[in-house]
Amino acid sequence: MLALASLLCGFIFGCGLLVSDMVSPAKVLAFLDVLGAWDPSLAVVMAAALVVTWIGFAIARRRGRPLLDAQCDWPTKTAVDAPLVIGAVMFGAGWGLVGLCPGPAVANLATLSPPVLLFVAAMLAGMTLHDLWQRRRTTAAPSPSATPVEADG
Amino acid sequence: MPSLDATLARIVPRVYRWAMENFTPLSAAIGGALIGLAAALLMLSLGRIAGVSGIVGGLIGAAADKAWRAAFVAGLILAPLAAGLVGFRLAPPPMPGSWVILVAAGLLVGFGTRLGGGCTSGHGVCGFARLSPRSIAATLIFMGTAMVVVAIVRHGLGG
Repeated sequence: MLALASLLCGFIFGCGLLVSDMVSPAKVLAFLDVLGAWDPSLAVVMAAALVVTWIGFAIARRRGRPLLDAQCDWPTKTAVDAPLVIGAVMFGAGWGLVGLCPGPAVANLATLSPPVLLFVAAMLAGMTLHDLWQRRRTTAAPSPSATPVEADG
Repeated sequence: MPSLDATLARIVPRVYRWAMENFTPLSAAIGGALIGLAAALLMLSLGRIAGVSGIVGGLIGAAADKAWRAAFVAGLILAPLAAGLVGFRLAPPPMPGSWVILVAAGLLVGFGTRLGGGCTSGHGVCGFARLSPRSIAATLIFMGTAMVVVAIVRHGLGG
């Protein structure tokens, strides 16, 4: 049941990427290219997504617990720290180079396009490298600050 | 000194050009609302944040709860396949020809999203909707960085 609900959410998410054409790196790069023929569509996608998510989250908070599980997993971190800033700069650089962020990259796997497969393989390798580096750091210096990364999303 | 008229004459066609050719506000709003609906439903049903980098990272990492993560990813890949059945064919996207750039960009996106704790969906949509200062900062930083990179690549700034 949990997996079925999640499958449906992933499916709706993918439909949203398709309808808004955010699966297209060209469309995304046209938003990022502020010096060219700028296309603000991505900002509208985010604004619309934000409004609906905000309403959904407000209902979720009021209800207290989700329909199919024991509790809501709200992210707990609040501080803007160095890993957040450095990670966001790295992600932004990669995003700007190709025009794919993780959601559209995964959805584009359906095309079986070799460059997309290579990009996603490198992305998974990057994630694995991060986990390995994080694990090595925690075992090398077991301090309270070196807890494994708690993801925001 | 250029007159106001001359300046306007330069700016207006430019605004007109993107407004007519590229900007697709209606499909963007509908698609965005669907993305928001997915994020809202995932929180209401499973109590999870719909952040794709976090979901995928947990799937290939040490997370114990792999089933819902795999299901979400499957749904995400299924969407273009189902759209293909009703006539919306998703064409392979144009990508850079250089495999060095593809690998470098993939590594940066993978490592960066895990280090920064999220991507466009987790920080940009879900985090922004929670009004999380971390997510708002992350979104502004990754968007700003991406815009600078595109400016350098396409317009040769600083190079």
